Amino acid sequence: MRAKLIKELPLHLMILPGLIFIILFSYIPMSGIVIAFQKFIPAKGLFGDQKWVGWDNFEYVMSLPSFTQVMWNTLFIASVKLILGLIIPIIFAILLNELKNQVIKRSIQTAIYLPYFLSWVVLGGILIDILSPSGGIVNWFLDMLGISKIFFLGDNNWFPFTLIGSDVWKNFGYGTIIYLAAITGIDPGLYEAATIDGANRWHKVWHITLPGMRMVIVLLSVLSLGQLLNAGFDQVFNLYSPIVYESGDILDTFVYRIGLLDAQYGVATAVGFFKSIISLTLISISYFLAYRFAKYRIF
Amino acid sequence: MEKQVEHVKLSSKKIEWFPLINAIVLIVVALLCILPLIHIIAVSFSSSAAASAGYVKLWPVDFTFASYNYTASRNEFWGSMIVSLKRISIGTPLNLLLTILIAYPLSKETHSFRLRVVYAWVFFMTMLFNGGLIPWYITVKEYGLLDSIWALVLPGAVPVFSVVLLLNFFREIPKELEEAALMDGASHWRILWTIFVPISKPALATLALFSLVEHWNSWFDGLLLMGNPNNYPLQSYIQTIVIQQNLSNMSRDAMLNLALISDRTLKSSQIFLGSLPIILAYPFLQKYFVKGIVLGSVKG
Repeated sequence: MRAKLIKELPLHLMILPGLIFIILFSYIPMSGIVIAFQKFIPAKGLFGDQKWVGWDNFEYVMSLPSFTQVMWNTLFIASVKLILGLIIPIIFAILLNELKNQVIKRSIQTAIYLPYFLSWVVLGGILIDILSPSGGIVNWFLDMLGISKIFFLGDNNWFPFTLIGSDVWKNFGYGTIIYLAAITGIDPGLYEAATIDGANRWHKVWHITLPGMRMVIVLLSVLSLGQLLNAGFDQVFNLYSPIVYESGDILDTFVYRIGLLDAQYGVATAVGFFKSIISLTLISISYFLAYRFAKYRIF
Repeated sequence: MEKQVEHVKLSSKKIEWFPLINAIVLIVVALLCILPLIHIIAVSFSSSAAASAGYVKLWPVDFTFASYNYTASRNEFWGSMIVSLKRISIGTPLNLLLTILIAYPLSKETHSFRLRVVYAWVFFMTMLFNGGLIPWYITVKEYGLLDSIWALVLPGAVPVFSVVLLLNFFREIPKELEEAALMDGASHWRILWTIFVPISKPALATLALFSLVEHWNSWFDGLLLMGNPNNYPLQSYIQTIVIQQNLSNMSRDAMLNLALISDRTLKSSQIFLGSLPIILAYPFLQKYFVKGIVLGSVKG
């Protein structure tokens, strides 16, 4: 027993620094969730003598008229992003796979991954410039086609779709890589056999490529379920403005504004807590389903 | 047999237009991904008159370095660049070191490291649940880290996602290597540094790039945790210059007016400078990220 302990000691020591960091910066902040049940006064500190208010903060938030709107925006923006973020890379991977010219194929891959690596600050700056109604290149182009100007970032009808479109634009290259890798893993013999049997391009996509990608598609769809309340703080924060709060304010930006800008710490933590609980549930379900249907294991 | 060959010929003849249209569609989409960036670069090298008048499309008009000269003369710009470089040079090695030190014990079998599963869950749990923005901000503040470089590197010191990737990579390493070393009396430390780390170079390179890009692209923690704008890393600085000035607290009319008179070339040059290191590192990024992403998402 003792000998075993001594043998394992170096392993414990190795893990110790990481453990300390994770306790300091993940678990101690978790305990800060108690703020959601307090009328928190920052000067007294996290473990100070704060006044407990039970569920008041939660009730207050639920009673805000903007909360329903924020909830709806979050769910709408996130779910459309999830669905398009799944389907578009699949279509792209299949189309790219049909390209026989390797040089063109590689160049296209290089181009479509690029936005994925740029920060939302950089992309936000680019989008604000090119989508501007005065002098932006997109509106110049629309004008040439005889379409009237669209205020993409300042019009509540357009803003959510601008968010969704630009998110898909940034991220579809990433998904395409994964699906292309899955297609590469399909046995080429299957295609040869199908060709001999007289299958055309569509038959092959439908009966070989898509079934060959099925596991990855199931896995990614299931895992994305856990992200249902993440509509993209980085993106929204860099693109929105008070005129589009109505259509673009999501849970995370709402927490930032009422929490840090209006200093309502208790209320904001309550919203954050609410979000964390739902996310935890969704992520747990998605990992369970991923294991069940795709034999996916984290470790 | 003859009939089949004929059929194949026929069908391939019938759909010959498909590769062409497919290629055109794909090329157009690929262009849509890079043209916005090229447009911004073109604007940044154009005279402000040409840029404001909207003459610049994909090639600079009245080529000039004016906006870059102006940016280079700003102390704030160089200050934030130094903060970003500091952040990368402390943050990335710290991330890698901790990732290696955590992944190694966690990659052991349960019978040789009995608390493996407990530790694994302690780390993994932080990916599932967190205290949220406010408690996180308050704790970092109570540690007295605000306005120091440590606020940017310590809270994210343990990249749990990287740990998961690396521990799965470590588990693929043949057991015999380790057993042979143990027989020769090597300690865990020795096995880690002379066997596991050298074998895992490709995986470690991927994780180093993940960490570099993450540190370079982060802007919100800088904005939140640095009270003094002099301590902003580059992306936070660009955020305040390029984005906040444009949109915050402005009515629709004010926004329209500002868009007319604002110095687009200056903003464009800063956008370009903010993405330059990523663009330069892109060939390496792409090569390793493809591996890393695939490794992380579809393993098994």
